[in-house]
Amino acid sequence: MSASNEWPLWEIFIRGQHGMSHRHVGSLHAPDAERAIKNARDVYTRRNEGVSLWVVEAKHISASSPSDKGPLYDPAKDKIYRHPTFYDIPDEVGKM
Amino acid sequence: MASTENTELSEQEIAFQARIDRGEKIEPKDWMPDAYRRSLIRQIGQHAHSEIVGQLPEGNWITRAPTLERKANLLAKVQDEAGHGLYLYCAAETLGITRDEMFEMLHNGKMKYSSIFNYPTLTWADMGAVGWLVDGAAIMNQVPLQRTSYGPYARAMVRICKEESFHQRQGFHIMMTMSNGSGEQKRMAQDALNRFWYPALMMFGPSDKDSVHSAQSMAWKIKMNSNDELRQKFVDETVPQAEYLGLTIPDDQLSLDSDTGHYRFSEPDWEEFHQVINGNGPCNEERLNARIKAWDDGAWVREGMMAHANKRSAKKQVAVG
Amino acid sequence: MMTANEALFQFLLRQGDNALVLGHRTSQWCGVGPVLEEDIALANTALDLIGQTQLWLAYAAEVQGEGKSANDLAFLRDAYDFRNLLLLEVPNGNFGQAIMRQCLFDAFQVPWLTELQTSSNQQVADISAKSLKEALYHWERSSETVISLGDGTEESHAYMQAAVDFCWPYAGEMFCDDAVDEAINTAGIAPLPSSIRQTWIDQVESVLSEATLTKPNSDFAQRGGRDGIRHTEHLGHMLATMQVLQRSFPGATW
Ligand SMILES: [Fe+2]
Ligand SMILES: [Fe+2]
Repeated sequence: MSASNEWPLWEIFIRGQHGMSHRHVGSLHAPDAERAIKNARDVYTRRNEGVSLWVVEAKHISASSPSDKGPLYDPAKDKIYRHPTFYDIPDEVGKM
Repeated sequence: MASTENTELSEQEIAFQARIDRGEKIEPKDWMPDAYRRSLIRQIGQHAHSEIVGQLPEGNWITRAPTLERKANLLAKVQDEAGHGLYLYCAAETLGITRDEMFEMLHNGKMKYSSIFNYPTLTWADMGAVGWLVDGAAIMNQVPLQRTSYGPYARAMVRICKEESFHQRQGFHIMMTMSNGSGEQKRMAQDALNRFWYPALMMFGPSDKDSVHSAQSMAWKIKMNSNDELRQKFVDETVPQAEYLGLTIPDDQLSLDSDTGHYRFSEPDWEEFHQVINGNGPCNEERLNARIKAWDDGAWVREGMMAHANKRSAKKQVAVG
Repeated sequence: MMTANEALFQFLLRQGDNALVLGHRTSQWCGVGPVLEEDIALANTALDLIGQTQLWLAYAAEVQGEGKSANDLAFLRDAYDFRNLLLLEVPNGNFGQAIMRQCLFDAFQVPWLTELQTSSNQQVADISAKSLKEALYHWERSSETVISLGDGTEESHAYMQAAVDFCWPYAGEMFCDDAVDEAINTAGIAPLPSSIRQTWIDQVESVLSEATLTKPNSDFAQRGGRDGIRHTEHLGHMLATMQVLQRSFPGATW
């Protein structure tokens, strides 16, 4: 595959649950804006961190619609094993 | 190389170094010396490759995880490593190289990845040892890099470090369970520690006296601590953890120096290290071939999805929100 | 005549084993996906399915009443006791085949779990409501992927046509009602699978047509998975891998 065929790069912005402005969280590759939003959900909201996403490529801006909120962000809530405190490690072992 | 350049710093280079010394972050559009850019691409790219090649030895056990809980934990952990690779490739891309170019350099051997991932994972206890020791060593390398001089790299490291701590803990938790388990489980745990101890020590790189890029990288703050310093810190933190598990570090020379409060330990076999780096580790070929195969098999998928996106954007304009 | 409890147990195994087997297959992509973003997304799907497995099989074990756990059911049953669809146990093949399977299954899961939300059995309703949120996202993603690859390059189109041709004979099993389904339907726990067939066909047809793919003509259905009568050879190999530790070290704690 030639480099020119590479999926374009998108910048990802997430607005968290507490009403703060959209914040840049990183980037990823996607063939188009719709897919960039989906990829952003999978890559950047794995721990239920965001409620609204913007993806930006060059001069194009697309935003996820608020109605997407339910199915997209709820599932991460029960993945408690992603949080360090899920693993009970005795204090005497030291910081980890 | 760096030292000859240092003898005649241009005004721009002096100003650049002064910014770094003041603790300012260098951002993609800022002027930077070519060598700084090249070193960063090499370092971040290598780091990114390590994350995705690092998926393979642990991915080896996802299908054999012994319970549904362990399966989910391990899968989430290995998935995180893919995420780390993704963040780091993006950081490197801000320096003017594409992700596809970096993949190509991984595949043709022009860029390396951490030698630790060329060792095999043979039993379930290896999932414990890898999380505990390999992620433990990685964290020790990565935490200081959150303060590195290059902005996108530092920000990627902040995100990565936030995710890493569950990795080490899930590994240690497996080790705890195995060490408290049956005789066979305990034996597997000890065996895993025996095999991963020295490769984990190698993760900090060669001894400072033999390390090629160190001085310039430290001045540029793309390397924050010396190899030996971090290795010592790792040993000091890990030995008591092994004692807690009731496992023995495979090193006869290991002893606590009561004057310094640090452990004295045996150096890893650096000849083995160089052999593994140069392609002669037990799994070099499998690991690289697995990556190349995944990339080649995926070509039609990437091309197909891109072609569809192009067709669609030709048909309609995406609404600007 | 099977008892109401036995029918419920079989029904729950079907739910749980579908999630378990597809979750296992999907987890095999981790580290070798076609591109990093897909690698990560596939792992999320697998994690959702493993989570659903835990809920269904834990409830199945409770209904069984032999003091077993979800893990006992997942790791200590043999192939003939599994109740998953054949479609889900065949190997991943290539990415196109895997995503086509996911899409055909999601097109079933969404209307199916939607119905189950109003089950007379509260636990079934609760697990379904939770799983549905995940299934909706899987469906969005899998259907979109099938469309873009079907209507992508000539090469990707060919892969996807081969994928739908391969999966099609296995898909019919989803709608083959049997005595368990009848009993479960009578108890108000779930509708007959055949009752959502038309919804499924409509959804799948619209995706395939947007993907410029041809829907296979045959109505022939390979069956034997959800009743456990005749699994494929693949399931045995999958279980040999999946269950190796629990089988090798009976009674150990992990
Ligand atoms: Fe990592
Ligand atoms: Fe990690």
